[in-house]
Amino acid sequence: MILDLPRFIDSERSVWDELESILARLDADARAPMTVAEIARFHYLYQRSSSDLARMATFSAEQPTREYLESLVARAYAEVNTRDYTPRRFRPLEWLFGTVPRTFRKHFREFVLGVVITIVGSAFGAAAVHFDSSSKAVLMPFQGLLQTPAQRVKEEESAKGDRLKNVKSSFSADLMTHNIRVSLFTLALGITWGIGSVITIFYNGVILGAVAADYVQAGYTQFLLGWLMPHGVVEIPAILVAGQAGFVLAGAMIGWGDHRTRRERLRVVSADILNLAGTAAVMLVWAGIIEAFLSQYHQPVVPYNLKIAFGAIELALLTFFFARAGRIPPGHSRRQPRSPAHRP
Amino acid sequence: MTPRSAPLRRHRLEILTPEGVRFGLPLAGPVARLVAWIVDALLIGAFMSAADKILSIFQSLNADWYAAANTIAFFVISVGYGMAFEWLWSGQTPGKRIMRLRVVDAQGLKLQFQQIAVRNILRFVDSLPVLYFVGGAAALLSRDAQRLGDMAANTVVIRQNQFAPVDPAIFATARYNSLLDYPHLAAVLRQRSAPALVDIALQAVSRRDELSPEAQLQVFGELGARFRRITRIPDEVMATLTDEQLVRNVLQVVTASRRS
Repeated sequence: MILDLPRFIDSERSVWDELESILARLDADARAPMTVAEIARFHYLYQRSSSDLARMATFSAEQPTREYLESLVARAYAEVNTRDYTPRRFRPLEWLFGTVPRTFRKHFREFVLGVVITIVGSAFGAAAVHFDSSSKAVLMPFQGLLQTPAQRVKEEESAKGDRLKNVKSSFSADLMTHNIRVSLFTLALGITWGIGSVITIFYNGVILGAVAADYVQAGYTQFLLGWLMPHGVVEIPAILVAGQAGFVLAGAMIGWGDHRTRRERLRVVSADILNLAGTAAVMLVWAGIIEAFLSQYHQPVVPYNLKIAFGAIELALLTFFFARAGRIPPGHSRRQPRSPAHRP
Repeated sequence: MTPRSAPLRRHRLEILTPEGVRFGLPLAGPVARLVAWIVDALLIGAFMSAADKILSIFQSLNADWYAAANTIAFFVISVGYGMAFEWLWSGQTPGKRIMRLRVVDAQGLKLQFQQIAVRNILRFVDSLPVLYFVGGAAALLSRDAQRLGDMAANTVVIRQNQFAPVDPAIFATARYNSLLDYPHLAAVLRQRSAPALVDIALQAVSRRDELSPEAQLQVFGELGARFRRITRIPDEVMATLTDEQLVRNVLQVVTASRRS
């Protein structure tokens, strides 16, 4: 049987047009408020168009109308099944002091995994420099790190004038953008079932361990702490947070002991991945400012103990922030569902 | 022993709704996506150049601030371009809009910001080692033409054609339909005309003005011959009809089957 197409289109066209106009309105403003009657009408139009599509698919091979209906039903399906009818806007402070620490704690195991990999990498780097000092050139292929600690300290402490004069802001911007790129790359490598993230974090640990061992062995521990702590106590955790996001992604890719499909697992964690990426970016902006404006200044300009104390305070605040901020008291949910008992 | 085959490439993303209705979204091919990416890459370059021009006004005031602002602007444009456009334009960048492509949720749901952000962050891996080699290879091997960012974000890129239902006016015929004088003939045509053939005839009628006169003669000649093969149409009917009019009359008979 072939559908009476002209009559079918004549009778249903007004339904499709009405549905299209609602979809256009929602496209223009996704948060456009809708009354209950409008939602009910929208749902009815969607169901009727779906039914029309089913009839078209069964009784007609007429391609343009079917494609049109498929496109219309697809758009309406997305709106009906996803639309959150509660208008919500991004609130930066609520995100920073609520969502960020909660997301961090939710995936704390992945953070610990990054810490463990960093410690193993640091131990490897420290051991390599300790037992074979020539490995420095391989482990730390950066010109600034290849001189001996004694040379570096002498150079820094005897510097006449401000070496970063007139370049502090651009240096800070370079550091921020470079570190955020590295962090996002570490996160993105989670798609390789986490292997790429593990390698990046391990290598980061190797460099850290090698530099630390180099300065500690040479007796410049105070210089090392004064140099690295002000920005490092934020920068290193930021890289670990990016790694944490990478491991969350990897966990969803692998799905050990999770009966859901990969698509479902990824859908569940995507908001958390984004929150952790944003967290790392914010932390690295702060670290970039501190590194350019404080970390690069040494005694006698800025006493080491002052820099170390500054770093220690930052670390304490950061720990407190991730451990305590955004906690919801027991018995309180973030959104109080309105039950009949609460109605006036 | 048969070798293990790679997952078959699909050209449409089929979605079955809870109401039991199935619809399909046409997946974008790698060439269209590559062209869209080239357009976007050129635009990113243009935006960067424009940002540099604007910021250079402040260079004389403070060269350090100018350099810092430039670095940040380049970073924000290169990372944020895709995110911003895909969010503001519901899954489209200028390149995708020109190529009529759109990023959509792989399960037909509404695209969320976190999906857009994740698929754009994953560009860091997809673009490795150069010119999106990893992403391109992943898209070629993936069943739904997804690069790694699409897989992580649960998205696909579809072709978005301009759809419109067929105009019912094309079924109307100002002339007298001689086929209706032969009820048995009309019944046979309704019964034996394959939906695919009717669809082609509808397409030919609705798009006749896009065809040259020679092409019109050829297309309607072939369609008329197809319909004549279904049943013998009396000579006295054919004597008064062109092939195009025959096709129009057959369509009226076949598609308006329940009309009196």
